[in-house]
Amino acid sequence: MTPGEIREEIIDILESIAPDEDLSELQDAPNFRDQLELDSMDFLDIVMELRKRYRIQIPEEEYEQLASMQSTVAYLEPIMKDMAKAS
Amino acid sequence: MFEMRPAPPETIIVKTTDFAVGEWRFMIAGQQLPDSQRIVLTGIGLAAPNGNSYAELRESLLACRSGVSPYEIRYFGKTLAGICDFDERRYQKRKDVRRGTRAGSVGVYAALEAVADAGLDWENREKSRVGIYVGVTEHGNVETENEIYEIKQFDYDTKVWSHHHNPRTVANNPAGEVALNMGITGPHYTIGAACAAGNAGLIQGAQMLRLGECDLALAGGVSESIHTFGIFASFSSQGALATHEDATRASRPFDRDRNGIVVAEGGCIYTMERLDDARSRNAKIYGELVGYALNTDATDFVLPNPERQAQCLELALKKAGLAAEEIDIVSTHATGTSSGDIQECKALRAVFGKSERTHFNNTKSYIGHCMGAAGALELAGNLAAFDDGVCHPTINVENLDPECELNGLVLNQPREIGPVKYVLNNSFGMLGINSVVIIGKL
Repeated sequence: MTPGEIREEIIDILESIAPDEDLSELQDAPNFRDQLELDSMDFLDIVMELRKRYRIQIPEEEYEQLASMQSTVAYLEPIMKDMAKAS
Repeated sequence: MFEMRPAPPETIIVKTTDFAVGEWRFMIAGQQLPDSQRIVLTGIGLAAPNGNSYAELRESLLACRSGVSPYEIRYFGKTLAGICDFDERRYQKRKDVRRGTRAGSVGVYAALEAVADAGLDWENREKSRVGIYVGVTEHGNVETENEIYEIKQFDYDTKVWSHHHNPRTVANNPAGEVALNMGITGPHYTIGAACAAGNAGLIQGAQMLRLGECDLALAGGVSESIHTFGIFASFSSQGALATHEDATRASRPFDRDRNGIVVAEGGCIYTMERLDDARSRNAKIYGELVGYALNTDATDFVLPNPERQAQCLELALKKAGLAAEEIDIVSTHATGTSSGDIQECKALRAVFGKSERTHFNNTKSYIGHCMGAAGALELAGNLAAFDDGVCHPTINVENLDPECELNGLVLNQPREIGPVKYVLNNSFGMLGINSVVIIGKL
């Protein structure tokens, strides 16, 4: 998957986790929490969805890598570069 | 700040000799309770399979309109159910609906509708003095089945078991979701009382108000049971799940050809207040909880015991200081099972056999069995009789089972019965739990 495809996947996950939010204006650099109403259970949902869709196991000490879109894509790029986008 | 409540009057216990099985009779010294100990219903919010408000439910009952539909659920397949269509989004965001439970959504809807109906100044209400007491038959089956279904897709890898499972399945969930949504910081919990739970919620609310533990009780019951395949499969295995080619005629308590229960979802929450508080704000008052009783068969897991049911009825009447002949309407519990309906009728004959005033009806014949919500919902369906003097019927009785014959049983069409002063509501459940509440017109 390309960084662009990974971003699309994260947007898809966020749409299901935060269905009341408008994600069209989401910026990549600032933290998700500064732009969206997300709490710790929501971040666990991101981890869970990546686990379900791509069998990716993110260690708890690395959850902080999911703080923003930019850091999330950077963190996932080496892990997902050889994966195909889930249908 | 809130006012400290005066202590309740001294309670004395008197052993009666006229009571058939020698129960203890609880009396309040002086008999007549002060207004600070009298509990009234001041608001009603509900979601029923045939109505999303008190007025809609009443209209459906008088029009003999069923809320039962064809339904399909995974593993079990095609069946029938009482399905609600209230707008979850009226009071919840999409995220709240996704994160929470159906029972929570039912509770939130009913509680907020009740508060609106009660005309309370909610914004300025002291939220730490509000208590939430929600009856449930069961809770957690739906969410547990969902998780097992989910991990089955992953070869039962528990790493995909949701972190939402515990907050969704803790037994207080439906009441807790109400508290979260409404910012209520007083006590909240559910009352697990099988299908007697709706009445038990009301009883708990009244007790907490009398003890001064809260100034406003949100009390009643909720059910999400149609979303667990297990309840359908279990009733089916027990030979107690209704079937009929016409869904609207499947729930037919007292009919000779009845063949079981129609499972339903729904909820009903009342705002309950002490009479002096209600009067001081000129509240609309639906009625007063003048008597109640809870007891236990202690004889079987599922089979009811009419002798204990009759004792529960007698106990509620004695607490209310009423004779059976003074009850205008009995809202029966009957679920449409072969034995349960007959047992309840035996109990009713034992208590009301000499009453020419009492009429009997059944609301499950319209909406199926709303489980934890049943008691509270079925009571709500009857309260309008205080104003219109009409007893809605038991529908779907084509051939009355001779063993279910009762003088005063209202069948298939509403009956004008004149002024109504007292409504008595039965709700019984598995493991032999019996409950009765009596509401009087003020």
